[in-house]
Amino acid sequence: MKSVVSVVAVVAAALLGSTAVRAADVEVIHWWTSGGEQAAVSVFAREFDALGDDKWVDTAIAGGENARSATLQRILGGDPPGAAQFNPGRQYEELIAGGMLLDLTDLATTENWAGIVRPASISEACLVDGHWWCVPVNIHSWNWAWASIPAFEKAGVALPNSFDEFLASAPKLKEAGIIPFAIGGESWQINGAFGVVQTSLLGIEKREKILKDKDIELAKAEMPAVFAKWREFSQYTDEGSANRNWNDTTNLVVTDQAALQIMGDWARGEFGVAGEKPGVDYACLALPADHPTVTTGGDIFLFPKQSDPAVEAAQLKMASMMINPQVQALFNNAKGSMPVRDDVDMSLADDCMKRGLEIIGSEANIAIDAGRWLSNDTTGQFNDLSAQFWADASMTVDDAVAKYVEILQNAD
Amino acid sequence: MTQVAQGGEGAAAGFASAATRRKPRLRKRLNVQSVLGTTPMIATAVGVFIICIIFSIIWSFTNSKLFPNFNFIGWAQYQRLWSTDRWIISVQNVAVFGVLSIVGGMVFGYLLAVFMDQRIKQEDLFRSIFLYPFAMSLVVTGLVWQWMFDPNLGIQSAVRQMGWTSFEFAPLVKQETALYGVVLGGLWNGVGVTMAIMLAGLRGVDSEIWKAAKVDGIPTWKTYLFVVLPMMRGAIATAFILQCTGVVRVFDIVIAMTQGGPGVSTQMPAIYVIQHITDRVNVGQGMAAATMMLLPVMVLIGLQYLVRWNANRRAGRA
Repeated sequence: MKSVVSVVAVVAAALLGSTAVRAADVEVIHWWTSGGEQAAVSVFAREFDALGDDKWVDTAIAGGENARSATLQRILGGDPPGAAQFNPGRQYEELIAGGMLLDLTDLATTENWAGIVRPASISEACLVDGHWWCVPVNIHSWNWAWASIPAFEKAGVALPNSFDEFLASAPKLKEAGIIPFAIGGESWQINGAFGVVQTSLLGIEKREKILKDKDIELAKAEMPAVFAKWREFSQYTDEGSANRNWNDTTNLVVTDQAALQIMGDWARGEFGVAGEKPGVDYACLALPADHPTVTTGGDIFLFPKQSDPAVEAAQLKMASMMINPQVQALFNNAKGSMPVRDDVDMSLADDCMKRGLEIIGSEANIAIDAGRWLSNDTTGQFNDLSAQFWADASMTVDDAVAKYVEILQNAD
Repeated sequence: MTQVAQGGEGAAAGFASAATRRKPRLRKRLNVQSVLGTTPMIATAVGVFIICIIFSIIWSFTNSKLFPNFNFIGWAQYQRLWSTDRWIISVQNVAVFGVLSIVGGMVFGYLLAVFMDQRIKQEDLFRSIFLYPFAMSLVVTGLVWQWMFDPNLGIQSAVRQMGWTSFEFAPLVKQETALYGVVLGGLWNGVGVTMAIMLAGLRGVDSEIWKAAKVDGIPTWKTYLFVVLPMMRGAIATAFILQCTGVVRVFDIVIAMTQGGPGVSTQMPAIYVIQHITDRVNVGQGMAAATMMLLPVMVLIGLQYLVRWNANRRAGRA
């Protein structure tokens, strides 16, 4: 008898369920494929699946460029994914203008996103003309260098406090059989590290004048020193750097084969996965060394418009889940990034993340990510230039500056 | 489609009996048949090739970003294209890559074919071995070659571990040599097909020719080079054209082996086009580059027509 009742109840529930909102599959395109990134994205997937019958369908595409291309092509082709990862900035401006994204404003107002997301420059990436078009999920800063403490000890040199100190100790590191400067030959890695050197030499204000206001005269005056410094770094890398992934490069520091890598704080996840301890096995050096700042890079998820209301309901659920304080804590701890809201329990955070949170606490320490001002096209041209200058020792600093200015002048 | 095809067959069977009686009418109705049958192909060709090419050219004169638009901006995309280092390097690269891989492919392909032609044992086995790389994706091939050329994993480290510690062989890590590394990978992949085509050509040569050459006392190598080779024009042309198409669209092997690096030293035009219409969201620039890629093909086709037209005119006079 009991079982009959329960069967009836189950059937009734199923029928009721189907008349209300059906469970939906939400396909999510992202480019989180390294060990630390996988650990982070599975937090999202697990939490979303736990919310109800909706399913997270994972489409991981290696490489940001490839993943973004796939999303754009699928939206244009009329087969949009349920959610997709982008970097905050101008990468998706035409999707907003073209009305291809789900408007999250109602949800955001109910949950007061504008009040909880800090700093304000993070929400600006999603809040366009009073409407929320995406969910910021984390803050990533490029302004970090990762050093292997055993590698520096082996060479008998102290951890550097500035680029010049590092460059001075690099020959000793090399003698000790250590790769002084680890970098992968992909153009975004080269240009990213170049950007950190640029911020360090110019400071936030001048950098903003050049990249945001396109101050040509300032660029002509200041960029030669940046390119010259960058050339100094290029002699201290290893020959295996061509075409190397960022995480394989980080692994050189994790395994103490290389001394230093300039890379965003997503690298911290790799140290975490390898079981390394900050301050013992590796050091995170906040840059610029004399006045550390954080860039407002990171990741956002946008939700392309769908015809199926069940999927749309699930999309809104997913958006709400991603910004939930508890999920933010779990996700960002695994990812190595900082949460986008302050009211998150970060007791699990390690020393490096605490340092980052300390820096981001003050508005004066925030360097807006260059992607906010530059289109993908312009960023791509800068990537090409940095990579070309890095690999081609015959390209003079003057040539490089001339190209830099030309790209800046033509930037849209 | 299937219904049309079946109807076609039935109608064709009907004609067969009619054919013996009324020939002129048959010819007319067969034309309708062939037009019907080739319509999908014609539509595809016109739709995919002609219309798409026309739109590519039109958009190359606009400032289209993610969504193609019709804001015409003149030659600006082309001006930018030809003042971009990366594009100019790409064009030089595809020229060098093309010449080296076509010449290399033809020479090695022919030599391999001659080798196979020596009535060796296990010919089938060798043929499969040489042809096998072509059956693999260029991405797989490229990745394997990248590992072999990697200074820390590949040939260089293996030889160094054997004791020759100053040995250097890592073409992909230096921008001066990276392109040659890619050519090597490409050759390995493509030479088997050239060999197969050439071998077919060799076998197609009348054995009487060989006997005659023997009687005249011409050495074997001379026969291969000066007698047989000119006789297999068809096979050579086929192999050549196949390789040319491979060169123009070279993309995946470069992505797998170098991603266009170090720096921009192994960039190719096709990578430029695809990157601009996808991640860099600049359709106008990508289309300008695509149009430039079409140009040499158009010139080649034009030349071919000119030659044919000239030949026809001469034939007409004679």
